[in-house]
Amino acid sequence: MNQTMNKVLMKGNEAIAQAAIHGGCRYFFGYPITPQNEIPEYMAREMPKVGGVFLQAESEVAAINMVYGAAGAGARVMTSSSSPGIALKQEGISYIVGSEVPCVIVNISRGGPGLGGIQPAQSDYYQSTRGGGNGDYNFIVFAPANIQEAADLTAEAFEIADYYRNPVMVLGDGMIGQMMEPVVFRDTPKRELQPKDWATTGTGGVRAPNIINSLHLQPADLEKHNEHLQAKFRLMRENEARSESYQTADAEFVFVAYGTSARIVRNVVDELRERGVKAGLIRPITLWPFPVVAFKELPDTVRGVMSVEMSCGQMVDDVRLALNGRFPVGFHGRSGGMVPSQQEIIEACLDMLKEVE
Amino acid sequence: MPVVFERTRGLTEKEFHFCPGCTHGVIHRLVAEVLEEMNELGNTVGVAPVGCSVLSYQYFNCDMHEAAHGRAPAMATGIKRVLPDRMVFAYQGDGDLASIGTAEIIHAAGRGEKITVIFVNNAIYGMTGGQMAPTTLAGQRTTTSPLGRDPRQVGFPLRVSEMLATIDGAAFIERTSVHDPAHIRKTKKAIRNAFECQKANQGFSMVEILSTCPTNWGMSPLESLDWVKETMMPYYPLGNFRRPEAVTVSGASGGGHA
Repeated sequence: MNQTMNKVLMKGNEAIAQAAIHGGCRYFFGYPITPQNEIPEYMAREMPKVGGVFLQAESEVAAINMVYGAAGAGARVMTSSSSPGIALKQEGISYIVGSEVPCVIVNISRGGPGLGGIQPAQSDYYQSTRGGGNGDYNFIVFAPANIQEAADLTAEAFEIADYYRNPVMVLGDGMIGQMMEPVVFRDTPKRELQPKDWATTGTGGVRAPNIINSLHLQPADLEKHNEHLQAKFRLMRENEARSESYQTADAEFVFVAYGTSARIVRNVVDELRERGVKAGLIRPITLWPFPVVAFKELPDTVRGVMSVEMSCGQMVDDVRLALNGRFPVGFHGRSGGMVPSQQEIIEACLDMLKEVE
Repeated sequence: MPVVFERTRGLTEKEFHFCPGCTHGVIHRLVAEVLEEMNELGNTVGVAPVGCSVLSYQYFNCDMHEAAHGRAPAMATGIKRVLPDRMVFAYQGDGDLASIGTAEIIHAAGRGEKITVIFVNNAIYGMTGGQMAPTTLAGQRTTTSPLGRDPRQVGFPLRVSEMLATIDGAAFIERTSVHDPAHIRKTKKAIRNAFECQKANQGFSMVEILSTCPTNWGMSPLESLDWVKETMMPYYPLGNFRRPEAVTVSGASGGGHA
């Protein structure tokens, strides 16, 4: 049996790093920031063993631009950081999308704004799902809720990034990065990939130069380029949205939560059901594209929907958009690194049910 | 009839957009000729900056990347780490390299990245319309130093080659000028030496080239060439600041401070 098929107990950050190598990543450029430091540390140890390159950049800005160069040269490449560091990478991410080169970006997010704190938070939802940098763009954002899922999605992210020639982000809050769970490095679903004949590997004197570029000075050219990008984003919306629906078929109250929040809310659903409240959960696995179909499938028995986040209320906007007024929408959140308790979520649910009666 | 002069294969047939009297075109040609003469065109990946030479990805006849402002050395690092046997160069202006990109250039040199940087210093932001650059001279009038650069208020112009020459990862650092044919020939030799350093895996290499901006200096092309010689060169002395012990091309291109 392949050694990587063994079940191992791993910290989320290390599992993500190993999964990247498992997914074919051979270049990593990063900069230290808590709570994701185990990713670059793991890469520094392990990348040379597989003939890859780990390089600690002078800044997050430099790291993402190294990623941009390596991706343009045709490599499977990744960077990781945490919230304020991801903010610094936004320039590069915008260029990477504009130039249509694939890469994977991991954000093990912490509380903000500013330097914020180092405890887990989900307050980078807007930053991740609204592009984050300048221009009209999006990328797929995976939000794993356990270490196995973090590993699976990270490995698959490289395949999907190559498929669309667009970055893919893995957004885990600090809890996902820091906790340990058993994980198996399984086979990654493969896509039909085109050869990277656009990569800048030198013309060899046998073809016209390849150019990696996001500059289009003629407005008509730039608009055409944007339409081309939008067509890709439409394909992603149609084909890549993922979610898990738990106990929603007969639900009178539906929570929406991702990542660490979803783990807590799942227990809340069980407890509420024991108390006779038919609760359910939609857990978005992709934050972008947002899994709107799961909301369309909700039964008419629903009386209220509540977004539970470790933020001051960001995903709740997408919940409202997905429901388009069909059900009342509430929000319960904690921020700054505070994690909502089951009890307070239950109380918030019962309060809202009273209100909507 | 024998051919005595022709277009280098290192440049595409795209017409330059540079202003009359600007020396970017000369420098582009020198880089292109060197790559052609070294037979490296098919083996080269270049990185274009943001600034007047932003469109150089259309001019160099090799694979090219367009970088974000100041990030060319980081981008070139990513490319070179993936393709260590290719020639990788970045072409940058003074705003790009010496202002917004200081971190990237210093650390590329510090790591001894085996890339070659062509640094065009014309003491002004050209493309955005003549603003003060980190290399704008004291007293020099620009649109953002309309009374002349006052170092007591806005600081002193940076001597980048001297700064980078203190870094052990830098294998080859030379400052040249293109204000007359003799110096153009010396510049070409320096560019060749820089690429030879890269080819021999000797470390980071950079050629800083004093260049003109007649449009934003408000001078004729000829006055601009004189200004480089009489005003820029005293502050930015020409010469080689660092080179490997074993210089791979016959003869040193610099010869110490001029």
